[in-house]
Amino acid sequence: MNLLNDLQAFIPATIVAIGGLLILLAEALANKTSISYWVAVTSVAAALIKVMFELTLPATEAFGGMYIFGGANAFGAMVVLIGTLFSLLLSKDFLAAIGYDKGEVYALILFATLGMLTMVGANDMITVFIGLETMSICLYVLAGLVRENKQSNEAALKYFLLGAFSTGFLLYGIALIYGATGSTNFDVIGSSTKEGFVFWGGVSLLLVGFFFKISAVPFHMWTPDVYQGAPTTITAYMATASKSATFVTLIFVLANALNIEMVQIKEAIFWVAVATMVLGNVIAIVQDNVKRMLAYSSIAHAGYALVGIIAGTAEGYNAVLFYLFAYTLMNVGAFGVIAFYEKHKEKDFTNIENLAGIGFSQPVMAALLSMFLFSLAGIPPFVGFIGKYKVFAAAINQGEITLAIIGVLASAASAYYYLRVMVYMYFKQSKDTVSFTNPAFIYQFALILLLLFTVYFGVMPTELSKILEGFDWSSALSMN
Amino acid sequence: MDTLLNLTIFLPILGLLGVLVVRNENLVKWISLVVTTATFIISLPLMLNFNSASSETAQFVFESGSWLPGLDVKYIVGLDGLSLLLFMLTTFIGPIVVISAWHSVEKHVTGFYAMLLILETASLGVFASLDLFMFYIFFELSLIPMYFLIGIWGGKGRIEATLKFFIYTLVGSLIMLVALIYLGYDAGNVVNGGVFTTDWRLLSSSAYMIDLGVQTYLFFAFALAFCIKVPLFPFHTWLPYAHTEAPTAGSVVLAAIMLKMGTYGLLRVLLPIFPNATYEFAPYFGVLAVIGIIYGALVAMVQKDVKKLVAYSSVSHLGFVVLGVFALNTVAIQGAILQMVNHGLSTGALFLIVGMIYDRRHTRMISDFGGISSVMPVFAVMFMIATMASIGLPGLNGFVGEFLILNGSFQSEALNSSWFTIISTSGVILAAVYMLWMFRRVMFGSVVHEANKSLVDLNAREIGLLVPLMLAMFWIGFYPSAFTKYSEKQVNVLLQESIIKKEKTVQVFSAQSTDWVKNVYELSENLEVSEK
Repeated sequence: MNLLNDLQAFIPATIVAIGGLLILLAEALANKTSISYWVAVTSVAAALIKVMFELTLPATEAFGGMYIFGGANAFGAMVVLIGTLFSLLLSKDFLAAIGYDKGEVYALILFATLGMLTMVGANDMITVFIGLETMSICLYVLAGLVRENKQSNEAALKYFLLGAFSTGFLLYGIALIYGATGSTNFDVIGSSTKEGFVFWGGVSLLLVGFFFKISAVPFHMWTPDVYQGAPTTITAYMATASKSATFVTLIFVLANALNIEMVQIKEAIFWVAVATMVLGNVIAIVQDNVKRMLAYSSIAHAGYALVGIIAGTAEGYNAVLFYLFAYTLMNVGAFGVIAFYEKHKEKDFTNIENLAGIGFSQPVMAALLSMFLFSLAGIPPFVGFIGKYKVFAAAINQGEITLAIIGVLASAASAYYYLRVMVYMYFKQSKDTVSFTNPAFIYQFALILLLLFTVYFGVMPTELSKILEGFDWSSALSMN
Repeated sequence: MDTLLNLTIFLPILGLLGVLVVRNENLVKWISLVVTTATFIISLPLMLNFNSASSETAQFVFESGSWLPGLDVKYIVGLDGLSLLLFMLTTFIGPIVVISAWHSVEKHVTGFYAMLLILETASLGVFASLDLFMFYIFFELSLIPMYFLIGIWGGKGRIEATLKFFIYTLVGSLIMLVALIYLGYDAGNVVNGGVFTTDWRLLSSSAYMIDLGVQTYLFFAFALAFCIKVPLFPFHTWLPYAHTEAPTAGSVVLAAIMLKMGTYGLLRVLLPIFPNATYEFAPYFGVLAVIGIIYGALVAMVQKDVKKLVAYSSVSHLGFVVLGVFALNTVAIQGAILQMVNHGLSTGALFLIVGMIYDRRHTRMISDFGGISSVMPVFAVMFMIATMASIGLPGLNGFVGEFLILNGSFQSEALNSSWFTIISTSGVILAAVYMLWMFRRVMFGSVVHEANKSLVDLNAREIGLLVPLMLAMFWIGFYPSAFTKYSEKQVNVLLQESIIKKEKTVQVFSAQSTDWVKNVYELSENLEVSEK
């Protein structure tokens, strides 16, 4: 029985892993990238379907309490897989255009996803670490994909050095916590007495590791360079799937092991959230490179999600999960449109000034980008508004009104830089024309689907909220 | 009937689908015209069937199930005395705006009409929502189309104007969102069994009372958002830019409908939900309103650009509306509701007229005109009527609204000083000064500029879109009770309930209030009085 249970728990991750191995095999035997690509898409889609069936299951332990599947963990896995799937759908067209439509890219994406799926189900620090490292190593390589590009190399090296450093912090933290509590299991850590220099030292190091991965201020320095240097669809993947996976893991670490209600942790996260929201938005205002602007905006979004974590209630955790879902949809969409522009090499379309007048020469793409950006700015009726509403509502319900006010003011400032893109696209004239190629069918399909989701879940968040309401956080919260 | 109400709200959005599919620009215009006209026609039965004597204030109510599980946020729409006239004004203005842009918008026609249609649904939604969360969603949604209307089809300074408009309003409404969430949880705990609710009917009922200190904060958070939208002095700085740079159709919608969202919000939210704070701070808002009236008029007087002059006159006119709202008696609030409609009609007409002359001469500078009345006689008549309505000449709509507001504010206990009326009455005189002076310089005298000699008078389309506005102006001017009857009952009920609620709140919460609250609301005195 146990073995079956364990196998079932890991089915989605296994599917993804097998997909990755098949690609390696196919590369060696057939050397046709389209096979690798479709294997990747199919395996991620299959994993996604399996995960969606797990949504209504109660959270179940597997592997002797090291791993949990079903319930909120399944929702986390779903968000990760949605981010992966859409990034993959957008990748082929874009990577082919920059000459890197290679099989190993898809294999790396799948292995990184394997790591993420391991993380989101983690109920043990060791599982967290294994998942995180599997993910990170693949991402380091993906960031430096474009070998001859200096920026890409810089991105990869920066990401690797700082990433390795932060992993060190994380591991040291785990070790200290183990020293203080005698276990790496979340539940055991959660129920042991939390005191002493060793324990708190461990907690702070652990949090630093996590803050680095979610690019919270002041551990955000790598984000703009890496997001700018990496190929755009890979950036979309890193900004959504990897961030969501880390966030979901952080929720479980805080809820089950560290217990967010403890004043010290809450205080620390409070200030990190404030700094992240304010700094992310303020610096984004002065960016002229769209990818860099989106990088800072993704820093700011990590800040909003932290607001929900600070609430520390079932409502707050559900809000963060919804937020990650919303963020994934609109962010992949925004990066996807930028990637489409970028394929045309006559101009550097990541420079905002070159977007001038593009709203009328490419009306559909520009309309898509506008709507994704409005959603990111949190304007109704798009899904970004509901997400923002949920995290702030959870915080206000817990009396965190100052935090909510800082958050909404920061997000009002964010409207400026999202609107600025539209100012260039629609309100300015372009000096010369670029002949655009039509995007591949699959590319259009993916973007339109993302937009439909962005609008649908903004207008009808009912069903999804019902699923979230069903998650059982009582085991986590009873320890408070 | 509730189906009809829903259809009215969402018909423009349905029309949007048609507009986006069609490739032919002429067809786009016709679809928009048919859709907005149909919206107006199907909204008429709502007005005709509205029972102004019914004890049930909100009518044609449609209520959905819970929209966000775990929270009692619902899609609730309905019309009552506060919203009916503004709702009808919106559907009435719709086709007029579409026709007004028929020839003057040449680039990106599809986008233009798409934005107008989204804007119409958003505006109708704002006025019909009986759930504050839905109100907020429609309130915010209306920003997006207006942002593009000003930004794409506007004048030279359009980018700064539209960014300022968008971000200024967004800051206000986001702070309102925080207050709204707090209010929802608080109301849920008191009147909805612990479940978040933003149902206006629950929030405004006298069963739901808010602690005085909290009430003050929430009051100011909401008031800020609405005062920016109105805009009340000193939050008015975005308005002249936005109005001047917007295309004619955008200015008309902005003046006639979007500014009303602010004054409507003041009436809809502040008085019934925060009665203590509303009564307590009414004189301060009265002061700002009076400053706005005088300041707007004085600045309008020195404008060289006709459109800017009309924009500043809006600041002045909306000062009257805010004064009426905060006079807090039946006469003044009735006047304020009517004046919202009046301002929509007369300022809307003035913007249309300025647009028509701009289409011909591509300038709006007063000094570029002179003697136009001899070249364009029909135009002169229309302009004259709109000007007179704006000034408040008896027999036209503006007079009725301003008279009711001034009359009400004179007797107002909440304002408690006749100076409000005395000073703001001079605003009416100033209005006559700046409007008539402008009118003389533009229309009379000899034709100085060569270009003005060959101006063509209004064509059938232009006359056709002004005539309904003119008829409405006369109708309200001669027979105002046909319009005030809709709001009378509701305003009375609202005021009575708010006074009861206010006193009950003082009784319940005065003991536990902190010192500053006691100072602000002068609670210690009240207690002593009651002890005696």
